[in-house]
Amino acid sequence: MVIRVRGLRTRFGGRYIHDNLDLDVERGRILGVVGASGSGKSVLLRCIVGLERPVAGRIEVLGQELSAAAPEDEQPSGQRNLEARWGVLFQNGALFSSLTVAQNVEVPLQEHLRLPPAMVRSIARLKLAMVGLPPDAAGKFPSELSGGMRKRAGLARALALDPEILFLDEPTAGLDPIGAAEFDALIRDLHQSLNLTVFMVTHDLDSLHAICDRIAVLIDGRLRIGTIGELMADPHPWLQAYFHGPRGRAAQETAIQDTAGTR
Amino acid sequence: MTEPEARISTTISHDSLIVRAEGSWRVEDLTDLDRLLSGIDPGTIGEIVFELSGVTALDTAGAWVFLENAEKLRAGKPGGRPVRVRFENPRPEFAPLLHKVEESLASLGAPPAPPPRDFGFTTFLEDLGRRTVHIQKRALHLLGFFGLVCIVGARSVRHPSRIRFTSLLFHMEQTGVNALPITGLLAFLIGVVFAYQGADQLRRFGAEIYTVNLTGLGIVRELGVLITAIVIAGRSGSAFAAQIGTMRVNEEVDALRTLGLDPVEILVLPRLYALMLTLPLLVFFANIMGLLGAALMTWGVLDLHLPAFLRQLHTALVGWSFWIGLIKAPFFAAIIGTCGCYEGLRVQGSAESVGRHTTRSVVESIFLVITADAIFSILFSYLHI
Repeated sequence: MVIRVRGLRTRFGGRYIHDNLDLDVERGRILGVVGASGSGKSVLLRCIVGLERPVAGRIEVLGQELSAAAPEDEQPSGQRNLEARWGVLFQNGALFSSLTVAQNVEVPLQEHLRLPPAMVRSIARLKLAMVGLPPDAAGKFPSELSGGMRKRAGLARALALDPEILFLDEPTAGLDPIGAAEFDALIRDLHQSLNLTVFMVTHDLDSLHAICDRIAVLIDGRLRIGTIGELMADPHPWLQAYFHGPRGRAAQETAIQDTAGTR
Repeated sequence: MTEPEARISTTISHDSLIVRAEGSWRVEDLTDLDRLLSGIDPGTIGEIVFELSGVTALDTAGAWVFLENAEKLRAGKPGGRPVRVRFENPRPEFAPLLHKVEESLASLGAPPAPPPRDFGFTTFLEDLGRRTVHIQKRALHLLGFFGLVCIVGARSVRHPSRIRFTSLLFHMEQTGVNALPITGLLAFLIGVVFAYQGADQLRRFGAEIYTVNLTGLGIVRELGVLITAIVIAGRSGSAFAAQIGTMRVNEEVDALRTLGLDPVEILVLPRLYALMLTLPLLVFFANIMGLLGAALMTWGVLDLHLPAFLRQLHTALVGWSFWIGLIKAPFFAAIIGTCGCYEGLRVQGSAESVGRHTTRSVVESIFLVITADAIFSILFSYLHI
């Protein structure tokens, strides 16, 4: 188990967003987290990576309890600290605007490792190529890139240290359908070649069909977890509206065509 | 989770050098890994086979170091002959990674040459020239913006209903009322310091009483207005640049334009008018506080009581003197407001740009305020006031 959440409760302005929420993510899975706007998907992600403090509950990532995580110097030797073992891609990339794209990727490499500068530069260039950015993007500043390229650059930074878990916050939001499909393919490709566990908050039904093997739905502060087929059969009105609305049906049809095409 | 250290062992069979790699090949030990692999010397052998079945952990950097060194071996030593390199038997979970890294490296091509660095005299000269031209361009642009503001301002005077009064009052509170404590305190302290220095020097000539003339005239004509203008440039000018700059980043300024609203009229004019109305009042307040500080200090050092101070001050401030500082205030306000809003509107794209333009607005407005003050001094000396 890579991520284990038990009895999570978070509160915003007097309202409980998560109420006794449990979650288990196994190694190697791609988990898609969906839910209505404001249901607390992003807050859940932020809790798991320690940016938000829950009112109650336990969060364990890679076997380390997050709230009680030992200070850096007391960690068992030979083990990297958690920040080097996960990567987070924020919704708009969250690239450091004063650094070039390549320098953005070099930041975690320089902070967590002691490597000669030439090697750091080569690895940063390699990561940028792995997320599908052209070589000339390396010297550009984030403000000179398009939204899709910024996301890829953010992904390269998240992957700089070869993390075990990748957290994605709405990776395909704001991309055109072709760009979104390419990004999905990239995630699937990297998931396979880097042996990643992916925790993905998304709204994109196509992504759910295309790459997620488990889906967690946030309803009334709790999660319902299952494969897409199981959840589509769930009688809960929100799930019915979500999967069987016009967009849900269209996504389902494309997914069926895609699988038929690959066979 | 301690993994076996990375090792290589080489054997020769038939016509190929077999390099058996074992252990954990990860980014933490990348320097050592590179040293291990770059030590391989094929000698006269024509083929190298990397036997990877013993590798227990491999990440991107590990795959990179294999492929990078394989590439170097393939190319061969300068003058030597090229060598064939193969990889064999990686664990099934590492095969996709090796493939992915190889594919990405192929798409990269040669690394770009670092830009040549030259710290010679010509570079310095070129840089100096570029900066000079740049400053000239910016000055012209700022002047253009000032003209634009004047035109929109003249229009708003003809149609006063176009002035946004809510916004104007809000900014008057922000830039005026809220700035009272800091300007008052600073002016008071400057009065104290100035009076002390003056008293110290003038006592040597037995002319202590002229401390009042020195400090009174100095504060009322120059120091009061300069201190206030500098504080306001740092406080409100920078705030204008940051507010408008952030709106630029969020595309709010563009939204205004598409709604048919003029950003100059909505964002710039209320701020500019607010500053032009409040700065003279602030300067008046700063003058009083400065004189108060001077009076307190002369009382303490020279034992000159307040009525005597005021009597002497009255003889010192003849003619226009008291008004000189106040006359300059609205001009300085116009400079600070224009620079702040101009730099705000020049922001492009990123948060970093907001910071850069905010700094620039403060530097620019303080520079221009002091320049304008010098010009005023020359003007007033011609007019004998």
